[in-house]
Amino acid sequence: MTTTGTAGIAGTTGTTAHAVRAGGTVPGRAAGTGRALEFWARTYRRTWRGSVVSGVLSPLLYLGSLGFGLGTLVDDGASGGVGVPYVLFVAPGVLAANAMQAGVGEATWPVMGAIKWQRQYHAMLATPLAVVDVLLGHLAFIVLRLLAVSVVFGVVGALLGAFTSWWTAGAVLVATLCGAAYAAPVMAFAAAQENDQGFAYLFRFVLVPTFLFAGTFYPVDQLPAAIRPVAWVTPLWHATQACRDLALGSPDLAAVGAHCAYLALWVAVGVAAARVVYRRRLVR
Amino acid sequence: MTTATPVPAAGRGAVLRALARAVPMPAGAGMARMLVERNARVYRRGWLLLVSGFVEPVFYLFSLGVGLGALVGDVDAGGGVLVPYAVFVAPAMLASSAMNGAVFDSTFNVFFKLKYARLYDSVLATPLGPRDVAVGEIAWAQLRGGMYAVMFMLVMAASGLLRSWWALLALPAATLVGLAFAAVGMAATTWMRSWQDFDLLNLVVLPMFLFSATFFPLSTYPEGLQPVVRALPLYHAVELVRGLCLGLPDVSMLGHVAYLLVLGAGGVVVAARRLDRLLLS
Amino acid sequence: MDADDPEVLISARGLTKRFDDFTAVDGIDVDVRRGEAFGFLGPNGAGKSSTMRMVGCVSPPSGGELRILGLDPRTDGPRIRARLGVVPQRDTLDEELTVAENLVVYARYFGISRKAAHAKAAELLEFAQLAERAGSRVEPLSGGMKRRLTIARSLVNDPEILLLDEPTTGLDPQARHVLWDRLFRLKRQGVTLVLTTHYMDEAEQLCDRLVVMDAGRIVAEGSPRSLIEEHSSREVLELRFPDDDNAPWAGPVTTGAGVLAERVEVLPDRLLVYTPDGDAAVQAVHAAGLRPSSVLVRRSTLEDVFLHLTGRLLVD
Repeated sequence: MTTTGTAGIAGTTGTTAHAVRAGGTVPGRAAGTGRALEFWARTYRRTWRGSVVSGVLSPLLYLGSLGFGLGTLVDDGASGGVGVPYVLFVAPGVLAANAMQAGVGEATWPVMGAIKWQRQYHAMLATPLAVVDVLLGHLAFIVLRLLAVSVVFGVVGALLGAFTSWWTAGAVLVATLCGAAYAAPVMAFAAAQENDQGFAYLFRFVLVPTFLFAGTFYPVDQLPAAIRPVAWVTPLWHATQACRDLALGSPDLAAVGAHCAYLALWVAVGVAAARVVYRRRLVR
Repeated sequence: MTTATPVPAAGRGAVLRALARAVPMPAGAGMARMLVERNARVYRRGWLLLVSGFVEPVFYLFSLGVGLGALVGDVDAGGGVLVPYAVFVAPAMLASSAMNGAVFDSTFNVFFKLKYARLYDSVLATPLGPRDVAVGEIAWAQLRGGMYAVMFMLVMAASGLLRSWWALLALPAATLVGLAFAAVGMAATTWMRSWQDFDLLNLVVLPMFLFSATFFPLSTYPEGLQPVVRALPLYHAVELVRGLCLGLPDVSMLGHVAYLLVLGAGGVVVAARRLDRLLLS
Repeated sequence: MDADDPEVLISARGLTKRFDDFTAVDGIDVDVRRGEAFGFLGPNGAGKSSTMRMVGCVSPPSGGELRILGLDPRTDGPRIRARLGVVPQRDTLDEELTVAENLVVYARYFGISRKAAHAKAAELLEFAQLAERAGSRVEPLSGGMKRRLTIARSLVNDPEILLLDEPTTGLDPQARHVLWDRLFRLKRQGVTLVLTTHYMDEAEQLCDRLVVMDAGRIVAEGSPRSLIEEHSSREVLELRFPDDDNAPWAGPVTTGAGVLAERVEVLPDRLLVYTPDGDAAVQAVHAAGLRPSSVLVRRSTLEDVFLHLTGRLLVD
């Protein structure tokens, strides 16, 4: 007689799989957001290197090239510069623009991946978490990352002499808000896309022109008058104005407040739109 | 010109055929053009995206040239020749967009096809071999880059930023730049394990973009850094293209050309060999 | 069994594939003749796919002899591949192209003229029952449709040999039957089929002749019928006992069934009694006072052959 034993179907005979019986609980909104946030924070440990490169090194490289390098040409230039050393002018602009880039970056492929490829959203929705928890948890994680890259850029920029005032701390917060003002509506956009081709258009026709024409590298007055109103509509222009005002040390707080209110409006509208789109996409 | 512009259906085949014939292929890689044909076909639907690829350097040109140019004034383009900032920066945009386009095509796109779409697995079940894959993809990147270069130069010409008939040679120069970077990019891609590795690529490309005498002349760099800048491949690309666009030909250009040729040839050899090992295991 | 015989399309002698210190294929001898449907049956990791990749000329052998269509894959890869059709284990369809374009572009890789490629694509779309989806993207297709498209794609060059690696793995039963039907048609048209599978029913349905592989080696060879006759009994009695553990019952069952039990195998969830007469064996077991909770008499299959030869199950 041949005795085959359990080879081939190993592990099916024991019955200890349910030794730990942990029940699920339904979270409130804050707790639900927190659980979703924790998930992203854990997975982030494996991918942090990328955000150091894109979130911290790239703005420093821009600051070095345009602020310090090109800055010498601007400060000695025909028109007598921008009133302050160019590097002090451009650093807050890069701070805000970098938050915008990071916010959009985090709200595009990762969101599509969480819906289509790695499907983390679906995994979360198989638990007691609601769609809004999933959305806010992810956004909260993005905001934390924006804050982190903005703080690091602020500190390193200060060490390099590109930031000179303690008000820069306020500029870091405004930049984070700016990133969120882009991330929230872009999350709605990303969740509505079937494939990532739309992202190429978003980057090429929205992000790059905004980066280049919304007052990061020179005052918008340098542009032809017809283009200026377009720059004024962008959240980045408002963020850049507020960041620059703060970082240069003597802010007009009413104006800064108005700029921030405009940014907050974008966050609110973005979240509302994302909520509708997420629901349509994830619950069907 | 070129690849996937919306020609009427009847003309498409003829255009593709003409295009496939126009692509120079080394001996033995006779089927690479089929891969070029395949890529052209894919972009029939995304032609707007394909064509719009040239707008990014145009945005940079106008943002920096017009907006910042007024603040900077005239710049020394080498040898004491003072030119408006836009004239100075436009050739650099041409060269660096040739680099960026080629690197993007030969890294992200190839990696996606290699690891995710597994396109080459199916290609290799046909008479095509790894060399056809390498040559086909690099040739495609060349066609695309060439198209962008032509469009960008038309913008430059219309804006009065070209100073000499030498500028016509900037077109083959930009193509050479694209070839060199596409080959190196493709070779690098064969070592990539995951998307995370592309961060390292950005770490190479972005500093090069920002510090290859692209936005300000070499003389502006600290003395100690100047040899480093001179060693960068994009520096040679920028100098070559700028010299041609400004009509300042110079013997040193032969050195730039040689640098880029060696880089490209090395890249092709390494890429084909590595693809062999990766795909035929 | 002569490598120079033009009717032998694939001939392997001592064919070996090693990856570093792991030997995936360990010196196998195989001959595939024109027009036959030949199968590699074995569990995951038996070396079937490595063999297929060597035959497909995308994996150089580490040792032994391999001739395909009389040519050496080491030097004539492109010439051989021009006459093969390959259906890989995982669909490698071009998701950036439409259904019809997948066929046309693939035909172009074979150097087929544009006009002929379009005609062939139209014909194959009919064959694969995908004509209505010609302009559709690949991504939204069902698994069965994608598989049929992959098979259609492998036929663009009218291959002399069609290699199918796990052709129906992951498909639902209905989709499998549709696919088998298409493969039967190809076989009738004289295409030589070489397939791997870990489904015994698939092997029994499709293969004229097959080899059973385990751990890189061939452990048996023959037609499905002859393999069953040689390595298993006519019928099999499956017994389940009330408590989870069946092993203690093996002794009493063996004794009870007496001469009717040629062999008894213990699986985690049941006992298998190999017997020439299933019904008589049931009576003998009951007569011995044993009360199994369920009883099933069936014919022997290739699964039983595999279990007997290797002591393991095909699908785990």
